[in-house]
Amino acid sequence: MLTIKDLLVKFPMRFGAFTAIEDVDMTIKPGEIHGLVGESGAGKSTVGAAVIGLLQSPGYVANGTLTLGDTDLRNLSPAEAHKVRGDRISMIFQDPQTSLNPLMTIERQLIETIQTHSSLSESEAINRAVDLLEDIGIKNAAERIKAYPHQFSGGMRQRVVIALAISTDPELIIADEPTTALDVAVQSQVLDLIQRLAKERQIAFMLITHDIGVIAQVADRVTVMRKGRVMETGVTAQVLGKPQHHYTQQLMDSVPPLDRKIDRFRVPEADDTIASNGAMAENWLLEGSQHARTGLSLTGLSVEFAGPRTSIFRKLPPYVALDDVTLNIKPGSIMGLVGESGSGKSTLAKAITGLVTPSSGTMELGDVVLPYGKSRSRQHPSRQLIQMVFQDPYSSLNSRHRIGDILTEPLWFYGFVKDEQEREKLAASMLSLVGMQPDAISKYPHQFSGGQRQRIAVARALLARPRFLICDEPTSALDVSIQAEILNLLKDLQAKFGLTILFISHNLAVVRQMADDTAVLRSGKIEEVGETNALYTAPQADYTKSLLDLTPVMPTTWQT
Amino acid sequence: MVYFILKRMIQSVFVMLTVAFLAFSLFRFVGDPITQMTGVETSVEDQERLREELGLNDPFVYQFTRFTGDMLKGDFGFSYRTRQPVAEMIASRIPATLELGVVALIISLLVGIPAGVYTALKPRGVLTQTILMTTLVGVSIPTFVIGIMLIFIFGVQLGWLPTFGRGGTVQIGGWESSLFSFDGWRALLLPAITLGVYQLTLTMRLVRAEMMEVMRSDYIRFAMARGVPTASLHYRHALANTMVPVITIIGLQFGGVIAFSIVTESVFQWPGMGLLFLESIRFVDIPVMGVYLVVIAFFFVLVNLVVDLLYVAIDPRLRIRDVS
Repeated sequence: MLTIKDLLVKFPMRFGAFTAIEDVDMTIKPGEIHGLVGESGAGKSTVGAAVIGLLQSPGYVANGTLTLGDTDLRNLSPAEAHKVRGDRISMIFQDPQTSLNPLMTIERQLIETIQTHSSLSESEAINRAVDLLEDIGIKNAAERIKAYPHQFSGGMRQRVVIALAISTDPELIIADEPTTALDVAVQSQVLDLIQRLAKERQIAFMLITHDIGVIAQVADRVTVMRKGRVMETGVTAQVLGKPQHHYTQQLMDSVPPLDRKIDRFRVPEADDTIASNGAMAENWLLEGSQHARTGLSLTGLSVEFAGPRTSIFRKLPPYVALDDVTLNIKPGSIMGLVGESGSGKSTLAKAITGLVTPSSGTMELGDVVLPYGKSRSRQHPSRQLIQMVFQDPYSSLNSRHRIGDILTEPLWFYGFVKDEQEREKLAASMLSLVGMQPDAISKYPHQFSGGQRQRIAVARALLARPRFLICDEPTSALDVSIQAEILNLLKDLQAKFGLTILFISHNLAVVRQMADDTAVLRSGKIEEVGETNALYTAPQADYTKSLLDLTPVMPTTWQT
Repeated sequence: MVYFILKRMIQSVFVMLTVAFLAFSLFRFVGDPITQMTGVETSVEDQERLREELGLNDPFVYQFTRFTGDMLKGDFGFSYRTRQPVAEMIASRIPATLELGVVALIISLLVGIPAGVYTALKPRGVLTQTILMTTLVGVSIPTFVIGIMLIFIFGVQLGWLPTFGRGGTVQIGGWESSLFSFDGWRALLLPAITLGVYQLTLTMRLVRAEMMEVMRSDYIRFAMARGVPTASLHYRHALANTMVPVITIIGLQFGGVIAFSIVTESVFQWPGMGLLFLESIRFVDIPVMGVYLVVIAFFFVLVNLVVDLLYVAIDPRLRIRDVS
């Protein structure tokens, strides 16, 4: 049993110490899955790192007690602490792509770990490793164990990671975002596995995640953290179903539900003084949208990527990223596009924007046929009419440019506003329109948080006076409360300016909140397309059904 | 895999052709070969006859093809200065340069890799800071100054080691080696250290940077969380991953060491290819310069090919295709 009391972790800085977590109390019993939720920067991972004794330098535990069974974890010498790691406490990391040593076979890594913590001989260790892998759900383990990590798919790799973590029969496993990098189908398998291990082997799990759905599905108890402090703790159904703390309530309000559509998320409203400055940008945009709303229709669109050459005469067959996709996006509507990673969602966006050359099919924006990829000239009107908001707001803004430069570029580039001062004024007004202080214009991207940056990205897209907006996973890098704000913003802007939006996401709940119609993409093919409500309530394709079933949600009985 | 090697080899052929072209241009267009070969007393008619005999009036493409063909047959022409076949001159110098380069490389690896690992694992240690400072001084001083300082200290003041030449060499087949006699080693030591110092610093800093990067990676943190013994963690998990990018640079650098041993060879009067090249420049011995260029390019290409193969040997991701 793990007991944490009054935990205080500090990071000494040049100007005084930074307190990462403070007054954290928690107990995890054997066989219990204890969820730890909170937004980025809440200190969730720091709790886990403190328990296993792997705090990033120069962080240290300044106060509190950490005990595992009878062992005082704070009172161990470095050598003893290293012995506890793996033996009694183990860890699972977020990204299975990077958490295995790429140069060693699975077998070597497993055997090394097993032999470190037991006196088993080489052959006994191999037998044990094979048994473990079989148990974890890797078929043909005796053979597969000889493989290198890159020969496994993402989900299988996470299984190997779990096998490594449990290979020494630890009492406690700290799982830091173990399913965040995985697709829903794989995520549900991994979560099942964690639940089974907790039950069968009586392993205590500390499940760190930002995904409330995951917590709701598997955690017995949950602790909600914010800014290094515990906000609320208790039985999962209690905390999530009837949140007591104001912050937990807010958090729950921000979570998009899968089973119904809510018009707006309840988030603390931005103050109106900012919004009122946006009138200029608003008028400018409306003046630009005099002409009709623009739809997009794709007919038989296919994209192929050449296969790698394996010898002079042999080339692997081309990889079909999109296969005969036909999709009609009605003018002024939001089309949601869902699918697992590798299903071709982003390729579709790239084909529409002309970054990828399709092998066949037609794309029509309004009544203009879009030329393919490179044959679309730089001056083609669609280059202005179609704009994009990218997933990662950290890499999609040039960090060496002022916000003002980033925002005025489209105005200058497309020749909308000739006067430089006029451009700046319009950009500042646009910032107000997307809910930011106009003085942001003279700052640089690194001075803003992820959510603010995404607002800037939206402002940049709008300043090109687009009629068609592609949002490629616009909120998946953001915290859930920020996500709610951005989704509200996009909804408002869409309603005001009659934009047509292609909204790409792997998160079905988010798409449900946003889209009028939804298309489900799988291995480059459209599985199903239809009106969003109908598609979610009565899915036709088996694939859609399984996606909906596998998405972790809160049981309906908890809802207030 | 076979395709990969084949592709590399075809690329190498093109590199060699380009260099051969450069060498040929040097021959043909830097000065007039005929005036280089003949004296003032040769008549204009004789000069013209010689020009015709040597095929210098033939079309350019034809001349280049003949030049490349002769090279492939091992006929590298004759030196203007000594009238000896260039092939023989270069061949007699290759062992000296190669031995010097290889020993310099080994010294730099034997010192550079452990020092890099140490400084990466103890980034705040006093010894680390000292090593980093010293090596910084090491790179800042030009090679010839280091050579001269070493000669001054160990050759002149202490009198421990010879200051020039190869010392006692042993003839093995056609290879004149200084690795099999005590005298040879004594003579080799100073030039090899001089040549290896820069490479050493670079190797060390590269290993340090890569190792620190690797130590922050998820798989090392995961290995730490599983309690993998520290020794294995550092030397089996981390070091192997560190070496993947380091090998490329070391390989490229080794090509450079062979090519640019000129300065060191000149300081220590080491009878290698570099010294030969310097002499050739002094006497505008263009055939030797051209062939030197081709031979050095060949070493570069060869080393790069070896590096590519090493890559494949170390990294299973290049060896084995994804199954799932």
